[in-house]
Amino acid sequence: MSDPGSTIPAGASPERPSSPGGQPSSARLRDASGPYFGEFGGQFLPEALIPALQEVSEIYAKAAVDPEFTEEIERLAREYSGRPSLLSEVPRFSRLAGGARILLKREDLNHTGSHKINNVLGQALLTVRMGKKRVIAETGAGQHGVATATAAALLGLDCTIYMGEEDTRRQALNVARMRLLGAEVVPVTHGSRTLKDAINEAFRDWVTNVETSNYIFGTAAGPHPFPTLVRDFQAVIGEEARAQTLERIGRLPDAVVACVGGGSNAIGMFHAFLDDPDVRILGCEAAGDGMDTERHAATISKGTPGVLHGARSYLLQDADGQTIESHSISAGLDYPGVGPEHSWLASIGRAEYRGISDTEAMDAFALLSMTEGITPAIESSHALAGALALGRELGEGAVIVVCLSGRGDKDVHTASDWFGLLGEDGAETGEGAARGDLAALRALARTTLEDRATATTEETA
Amino acid sequence: MSARRRAADVLEDCRAQGRAALIGYLPVGFPTLEGSIAAAETLIDHGADMIELGLPYSDPVMDGPVIQASATAALAGGTRNRDVITAVERLAGRGAAILVMSYWNPILAYGTDAFARDLAAAGGAGLITPDLVPDEAADWIAASDEHGVDRIFLVAPSSPRDRLEHVAAASTGFVYAASTMGVTGTRTSVSSAAEGLVARTREAGAPYVCVGLGVSTGAQAAEVAGYADGVIVGSAFVRALAGAEDPAAARGALAAVAQELRGGIDSDRSPRP
Repeated sequence: MSDPGSTIPAGASPERPSSPGGQPSSARLRDASGPYFGEFGGQFLPEALIPALQEVSEIYAKAAVDPEFTEEIERLAREYSGRPSLLSEVPRFSRLAGGARILLKREDLNHTGSHKINNVLGQALLTVRMGKKRVIAETGAGQHGVATATAAALLGLDCTIYMGEEDTRRQALNVARMRLLGAEVVPVTHGSRTLKDAINEAFRDWVTNVETSNYIFGTAAGPHPFPTLVRDFQAVIGEEARAQTLERIGRLPDAVVACVGGGSNAIGMFHAFLDDPDVRILGCEAAGDGMDTERHAATISKGTPGVLHGARSYLLQDADGQTIESHSISAGLDYPGVGPEHSWLASIGRAEYRGISDTEAMDAFALLSMTEGITPAIESSHALAGALALGRELGEGAVIVVCLSGRGDKDVHTASDWFGLLGEDGAETGEGAARGDLAALRALARTTLEDRATATTEETA
Repeated sequence: MSARRRAADVLEDCRAQGRAALIGYLPVGFPTLEGSIAAAETLIDHGADMIELGLPYSDPVMDGPVIQASATAALAGGTRNRDVITAVERLAGRGAAILVMSYWNPILAYGTDAFARDLAAAGGAGLITPDLVPDEAADWIAASDEHGVDRIFLVAPSSPRDRLEHVAAASTGFVYAASTMGVTGTRTSVSSAAEGLVARTREAGAPYVCVGLGVSTGAQAAEVAGYADGVIVGSAFVRALAGAEDPAAARGALAAVAQELRGGIDSDRSPRP
């Protein structure tokens, strides 16, 4: 618990003191490990689940120091997920970022197409250690559900995935993928029929079947120990990115950027850099229709502290503490809560969180596709849009590492609607119902070629 | 205020009568605020010793489909947190102890201390907190002590001895024993785990233990009344209320369910420790 002598490390500029009972006794920010991060976190769940949460904590504490477990995690990362993931510099895309150098941490290249596999393999192995035969999980975009169904298939576990009915419609292809992998997918028809309601339903399943089932939580949120557990399994992203950046350019980046829904890819990316005070940390939340509208999912930027899904953290709520439905074109960011460690990092000023609108994200989605031949997930496109803006602020030569948390195959249908790509006769409509102007983005993307041609000519001359 | 009945007052009276207490749950604002108050009055008039007023919440993880639907309807109808205090005010003084059941975030939004103060001033007995464990409840323990309202925490069949002791020590009024691992809703039988859990909770130091989750018939109430200090019924009342076409029909349906449950409880009258 609290050490009255603890200090906030250099680089953190606290806006308010942390409450007692949460501050890690060490000076290093990355040693914080729950149940509280400052005044955020905890275990706000029915008593019935407290023994299960204790079991997860105990099994994990033993596994974390067991070489057999860590070696198995590393082997699966190497031989199954495809780690280490690449660090790709994207020079043409960077030309849209004021000349800053952007490097992408390619979690999209992992098996199953996103960072989610990192966490899921860890938690599935813990499930086996518990002697449980069934896993349950929630999913928004379907990425965590697909990853969980994959790990369950790999390890021979029964698998039930809860998914909001609205999301099963937005991400129909991922529903089919999960079923192909042998999982049962249960559409959730309560409440807003999105991720938050899928989490409620998964908790209801867990409290009923806790003897036989383990809940594989998908993001670095929820009750302790999930925020710490998920963070630890995702921290490999930032550890690799930090080492790869040092090797590639000989110094640390000026900034790291990631999208934040619940916040698992972001905390995985940020964690290795928390005690590098010169590295700016930027989390990009979904601003939906815009930060000045009521239709967004910008939990830290626009929310207030409260309790949801087992933890005290920022959340979107009304004056009575009722959860407000979030809105984002991205199912994976469409969540009115956020992990407690992010709330803490925001409250002490170590990380900065900004909103990125649907339009900004979809522009970045198309621009990365057209300048680099990499189609990102719409979630990750929020981070790309944030990096474009930050690059223009930081200027020429600044180095920005972005977590490209997932690939965009699942989003092609949404993008087709957004940009009007598929008319009834197969022609590109580009107008009418379309909200994005692909022709303008194509023209913008072409300028990066002209710039390069000019630059090359000048260099040659 | 002298008229205010705390949970232990009621449980002590029932024990003196050689029976368990009947505790009826109803969500505030369902079908309307007035409708929910009238429904609670009907339960009190037909044998309920305590009323548990549910504060509707957007994310009720401990509730099954029946109570979820009623909470959604109550919120859609514009129910506010303040309405539960109004309902308590209207129902206090009729002989029953009036409890509130709420998930934690609405209470945080109201203000922990302000809620305890207003609940006591309205004549309420206390608060049941399904997603607040004593470990996270330092502010609530202080506020409930300050204003003299019961804080009722839950135990479950999964609770080991140390948790039972912890919850029993932190609770006032009674300990709420969840009869089964699961959410609210009617069930064809009450889990056999409940009797053992009540015994273990008593051994862990709880003076009164009431059982909820899954009780809907007179026979089930009689069975639970054989070993517990109180029988908590929710979904069966909410279902009766939801199925009624008008207020008169609601009164009739609720009275019938209450009388059946109370009849079951009274069939088990016997001297109690």
